[in-house]
Amino acid sequence: MIPNFITSYLGSTLTPGEAGSQFWALVYVFIIFAGVSVAVMSMNWLERKALAHFQIRLGPMRVGPHGLLQPIADAIKLLLKEDIIPAEADQFVFWVAPLIGLLAAFTVYTVIPFGPSQAVSDMNIGVLFMLGVSSLGVLGIVVAGWASNSHYPLIGALRSSAQIVSYEVAMGLAVVSAILMTSLNDTGTGTLSMIGIVRAQEQQGVWFIFKFFPLGLIAFIVFAIAMIAETNRAPFDIAEAESELTAGYHTEYSGLRWSLFMLAEYAAMIAVSSIAVTLWLGGWLRPFPNLLHAPAWDFIFSLFPAMTFLGLAAIAFIGVAGTPAHSFLKVQKIGLAGFGSVLGCIALLLFVLAFSGRSANVNLGSRLNESIGYIYWFLLKVAVFMYLFIWYRATWPRYRFDQLMRVGWKVLLPISLAVLVGTAIAGVLFS
Amino acid sequence: MVPITTFHYLVVAAALFVLGVIGVLTRRNVVVVLMSIELILNAVNLNLVAFSRMWGNLHGQVFSIFITVDAAAEAAAGLGILIAFFRNKETINVDEIDLLKW
Amino acid sequence: MNPAMNSALNSTNSAMAPVATPSFFYALAALALISGFLVITRRNVVHSALALIVTLLSVAGLYLMLYAPFVAGVQIIVYAGGIMVLFLFVIMLVNIERSYNDRRFSSLWPVGLGAACALLALFVFAFAKGRALFPDRLMPLSEAANTQQIATMLYGDAGKAGQYTFVFEIASLLLLVAILGAVVMTKKKI
Repeated sequence: MIPNFITSYLGSTLTPGEAGSQFWALVYVFIIFAGVSVAVMSMNWLERKALAHFQIRLGPMRVGPHGLLQPIADAIKLLLKEDIIPAEADQFVFWVAPLIGLLAAFTVYTVIPFGPSQAVSDMNIGVLFMLGVSSLGVLGIVVAGWASNSHYPLIGALRSSAQIVSYEVAMGLAVVSAILMTSLNDTGTGTLSMIGIVRAQEQQGVWFIFKFFPLGLIAFIVFAIAMIAETNRAPFDIAEAESELTAGYHTEYSGLRWSLFMLAEYAAMIAVSSIAVTLWLGGWLRPFPNLLHAPAWDFIFSLFPAMTFLGLAAIAFIGVAGTPAHSFLKVQKIGLAGFGSVLGCIALLLFVLAFSGRSANVNLGSRLNESIGYIYWFLLKVAVFMYLFIWYRATWPRYRFDQLMRVGWKVLLPISLAVLVGTAIAGVLFS
Repeated sequence: MVPITTFHYLVVAAALFVLGVIGVLTRRNVVVVLMSIELILNAVNLNLVAFSRMWGNLHGQVFSIFITVDAAAEAAAGLGILIAFFRNKETINVDEIDLLKW
Repeated sequence: MNPAMNSALNSTNSAMAPVATPSFFYALAALALISGFLVITRRNVVHSALALIVTLLSVAGLYLMLYAPFVAGVQIIVYAGGIMVLFLFVIMLVNIERSYNDRRFSSLWPVGLGAACALLALFVFAFAKGRALFPDRLMPLSEAANTQQIATMLYGDAGKAGQYTFVFEIASLLLLVAILGAVVMTKKKI
C-alpha cells in the first residue's frame, strides 16, 4: 500500500542521509525550506516590532492585529515592484549574485541537527562543510557589488567581504577549540560531525560553554561576536547601513532580487545561530540532562513545548481583551482571537502527546513526543539568539570600518588563539 | 553502465590539465593566466586523489592538501606581483609586460 | 506493534548501495570540463572567475565520490572560499575598460594550441600504452575515519605514524613567507 522506500526509514535512529533514504532526505529538505521561510517572515515582523518597542514606539499595527500580517504585505509589495537593472550592469552576473548568497546560506542547513536523527545528513566532516559553505557567501556579495556597476555598491561589497573574511579566521579558531573539547572522551578521538559534537556534550555531561570555565565561555563569546560580523548585522553593518552607503552592495537591487538578499541574510543568521547552539549550547539537549535525570523531571521538561504555546495563546487573548471596542477593530479582534485559538489548539495537541508519551513502551506517540522535545529545545535556543541579534541592533552604535577591522584582527584573533592553546593545555591536564 | 574506474578520473584530470595549459599559453590577460594555473593544479590534485583511492592509502590525499596550500601561497604571491606591476605600467596584457626584453 | 515497522527497526544498518552512481560522475565531470573551457575562453574576466568557481566546486564533488571528504572540505574552504575571493578582489582592482577591448588570445595562439595538442597526444599515448600498468581495482577507503587518519599522518610522531609532520611544518613556513611577500609587494611605501 505505502511503498517500501517510504516506510523503510520510519523507526530508524539515523538521519536520512546516513540511512540512504533519499525520499525522506528530500522531505526534510522541504520542511527546512518551509520552516526557514516562515522563520524569516516572522523574524521580519519581530525585528520591526522589537526595534519599535526598544525605541518607545509601536511598530506596524495596521496590517493585521498588531502588525502580524505585515510580512505578507511586504512580500506582496516586493513581488509587485518593478525589476530595475542598471543600464551598464553585467546582466548574467547581476542575476546570479543573489542566488550565490542564497545557495551558501541554505546549504548550511544540510548539516544542522535538530535532534539526534533529525538532520538531513550527518556528514563526517560536518563542521568543515559548514565553514566552507558559509565562506561561499562572500562570493555572492563581491559579485553583487561588482555587477551593479556603481560606486556605493562596489565600496560596500569590498568592505563587507573584507569584514567577512577577517572574522572568518576568528570564527574558525573558536570552532576548532570547541572541536578540541569533543576529543576529551574515553577513546581520545574527537569528531567533526555535528551530531557527534552534541553527543560528546551529552556524554561528558556538560555543555561546552561551561567546560573548562572560562575557556568555553570565551570561545563562545568570540564565536558570537564573529557570527554577528559574518552576517553583516549591527553593530558590524557598516556595509549595508542606510546612513553610510545607501544600502551597500544591494543598493541597485529592487523587488524580488532584494528580497532574495534579505532571505539569504536572515537564513544565514539562523544558520550561524544554530551552529553556535550546536557547538556550545548543547544542541537539542534539554537543560540539566544529567543532573536532573529522573523520569519525573523528564516529564516536566517534556511539558515545556505545550506550555510555551499555551503562553503564546494567553498573550494573544490578552491582546484581544486589550483591544479597544471600536467598529474598525472588530475584524482585528476576531483575527487575533482566531490566531490565539490556533495556538491553543496546538498547545492542546502537544499536551495530549506529552501525556501519551509517559507510557513505558515505545510507540509512535512517545517517539513523536521525543522528537518534538528535541526540536523544541533547539529552536528555543536559536530563538534566544535571534532576539539577541535584534537587541544588539537596537542598542549598540555602529563600528567604523577601521575599528571593525582592528577588532577582527587585533582583538578576536589573539583571544581565539589563546583560548585554543588554553583548551589544549586544559584538555591534557584534566582529562 | 560501466563502473567508474580510476581511468575515468585520470581522463578528466588530463583534460583539465590540457585546458589549463591552453589557457596559460594563449590568453593575454594575466589574471586569466593565473586562473589557468589554478586549473592545472586542480587537475594534478584530482590525479593524486584518484590514485590514492586506487592504492587504498591516504598519501595521495595528504599530498593534495599540501598542493592546495601551495596553490594558495602562489596565488597570493602572483597576484601581489600583478598588483605591483599594474601600479607601474597600468596594463594586464602579457604582451605588454616585456620590460626585460632587450 | 506493526510488523513492517519492526522489520524496519531491525534493518536500519544494512549496507546500502552508494548513492553516487556513475551518472553523478558523468554530470560532475562534464560540469568541470565545460566550466574549465569557459574559464579560458570568456572575454569578461569576472565570468572566467565564476566559471573557475564552478570548476572548483565540481572537482570537490569528484573528491567526495573518491571517498576523500576532508580533501573536498579543504578544497571548498581554501580554493572556492579563499583563493577565488582573492582573485575577485584583484580583478576588481585591475580591471580597466581598455582590457575588455583587447584581443582575447595572444597573436601566437597557434603555437600554444599546437603545444597543448602535443601534450594531449602524449597523454593519450601514455594512457593507451600504460593502461595495463595500473590495476583496475578500487580499494576500500574508510570514509568515517578519513579525517582521523589524515590527522595521524599530519600530526603524528615524526618517525613512526606521522609521515608528513615535517612537511606540515614547512608548509606553514611557506604560508608565512607568502604572506610576508604579498604584503611587502603591495605596500606603496616599504
